[in-house]
Amino acid sequence: MSAMWAASPSELLMRAATKAAGRQRSVVRRRFTLIIGLVMLAIAIAAAVLAPLLVSQSPTAIDVLHPLSPPLTSGHLLGTDQYGRDLLARILYAGRIDLAIAFGATSVTLVGGTMIGLVAGYVGGKVDSFLMRLVDLFFAFPFLVLIIAIIAMLGPSTFNLFIAIWITSWVSYARIMRAQTVVAKKQQYVLAARALGYSPVRVMFRHILPNTASTVIIFSMVDAVGNIILAASLGFLGLGVQPPTPEWGSMISDGQNYILTSWWLATLPGLAVVFVGVAFSLIGDGLADVLRAGDR
Amino acid sequence: MNRFGMLPRRLLHTVIVLFGITLVTFFLLRLIPGDPALAILGSSYTHTRAVAIDNFLGLNKPIWTQYGQYMDRLFHGNLGFSFFYDESATVVIRQHIAPTVFLVIYSAVLAAIISMPIGFISGLRRGGAVDQSSRVFFTLSFAMPAFWLGIILILIFSVKLPVFPISGFGSGFVGHLYYLFLPALTISLGFSTVLVRSLRAATIATLQAEFIDTARMKGIRWRRVLWRHVFRNSVLAVVAVYGVNLAYLIGGTVLVENVFSLPGLGSLLVSSVSDRDYPVVQGVTLLFAVLIVLINLFTDLAQAALDPRVGQEIGT
Repeated sequence: MSAMWAASPSELLMRAATKAAGRQRSVVRRRFTLIIGLVMLAIAIAAAVLAPLLVSQSPTAIDVLHPLSPPLTSGHLLGTDQYGRDLLARILYAGRIDLAIAFGATSVTLVGGTMIGLVAGYVGGKVDSFLMRLVDLFFAFPFLVLIIAIIAMLGPSTFNLFIAIWITSWVSYARIMRAQTVVAKKQQYVLAARALGYSPVRVMFRHILPNTASTVIIFSMVDAVGNIILAASLGFLGLGVQPPTPEWGSMISDGQNYILTSWWLATLPGLAVVFVGVAFSLIGDGLADVLRAGDR
Repeated sequence: MNRFGMLPRRLLHTVIVLFGITLVTFFLLRLIPGDPALAILGSSYTHTRAVAIDNFLGLNKPIWTQYGQYMDRLFHGNLGFSFFYDESATVVIRQHIAPTVFLVIYSAVLAAIISMPIGFISGLRRGGAVDQSSRVFFTLSFAMPAFWLGIILILIFSVKLPVFPISGFGSGFVGHLYYLFLPALTISLGFSTVLVRSLRAATIATLQAEFIDTARMKGIRWRRVLWRHVFRNSVLAVVAVYGVNLAYLIGGTVLVENVFSLPGLGSLLVSSVSDRDYPVVQGVTLLFAVLIVLINLFTDLAQAALDPRVGQEIGT
């Protein structure tokens, strides 16, 4: 509005028209983003689940006669590692554990953190201040360092990796959901539900949650990207999934030792991480646009 | 209206958080399953040593006495005893601080240098070439693990084109700048994603502000408006984002130090995990958290100094 006097009327009209056109195009593109993301994720899941059908080699079968074969060698599409294990098979089987971590870690913290934030925001008072001080405290630590410290104490293993992520990652959801709940609590529909004498549990789960869930769901996609990278990072540091189970991060770590001669060992598993990460990002962006458009 | 009127409140909050941090790091050691003495000593377990460790950790005393002992030690600058290095954990940790601090500052500066022009131009020319290509690049880099990006940079700039060293800290200030360039670039690329996005959004918002129209109406040249009005105000809006994310950047150093074999706190943390050197893990965790709390405090103060309106908001 402020620019109205600064531009000629025709310029203003043109601006309005291009804005409208831009919005129309982006609605199509928004769905497109979501679909591309879902397709990419589906491909990644299918490749991991159907790994035994897609490759004949075992991910742990050692072939001492053919170590470090480059990609496109006969029988090994992506080459072999230092023990002659087929790289493609290892990347596909590693997807099982990395995707399992992304889903297992994200879903538990999404549900847990959302519940905590919902209760804190709705109940308020001492419960709220206690929980939010706890959240503040977790935010005072660098997440990776805190997770490493917890794993250090519990001992490195896949299960302890889950525990470390569960202990630390609910806080973001709790903070987002609490803020949403505090706002929703003052809105007409919640006041109406309470006036009708509905129980707090019913108001929270049947009224507030469905109206505010979109934000945490969108955030969970960003979080899933973070968890995929986290799983790989801990594997890289030797603190996550333990060998000989194939895992993208530990494969990259092993490959770094052969970086002068065999570039593919460290590079290709990383591309798998990027592929899944981009898939989750696109789903997150797409969901954000679709859900927010629904709000309008 | 004093712009630092919020200072006492903010300092009190900092003290409370610091106190909470010590609680967390204290209970961290209590997560060790089973007998801590057995976990620490492993195969060198003897009864006398175990009793010595139990005494040192205060395990034979009530939990609040143990915490009191821990706090007493902290106030004397004592982070405990490193069972692996057979030396005070404080000394071990102090030896590893320099590379990490250098790397953090280097990456923070590099990130500002990279993201300021890109974010500003993307905001000014929305949909332009810079905007489009930076969006693609940063969407990809958001999904890239920092350690993998580091390895790719090594592959390109150390193996294929031998320009930068593969690892090490170098000697002297210039040596550090040269040796740490790739690690700092790795961290700052991840950091820049957030900065570019928020600077772009801030620039777009500032361009629509009424004072920009006022400035133009007064007949000030567009270049000057851009520089003095748009850029300054947009960067100001990003300072908070910069501070908050600096905390995440510190987490990133843990990985990057391990990729480039830098003798910093991150490498120490990871090697201490496998050495089961619990006091060092506890000490490094505490140090990282204190660093972040101080950075957050400093960001708030910097914001208040730059923008008087902020000072009042933080105070309330």
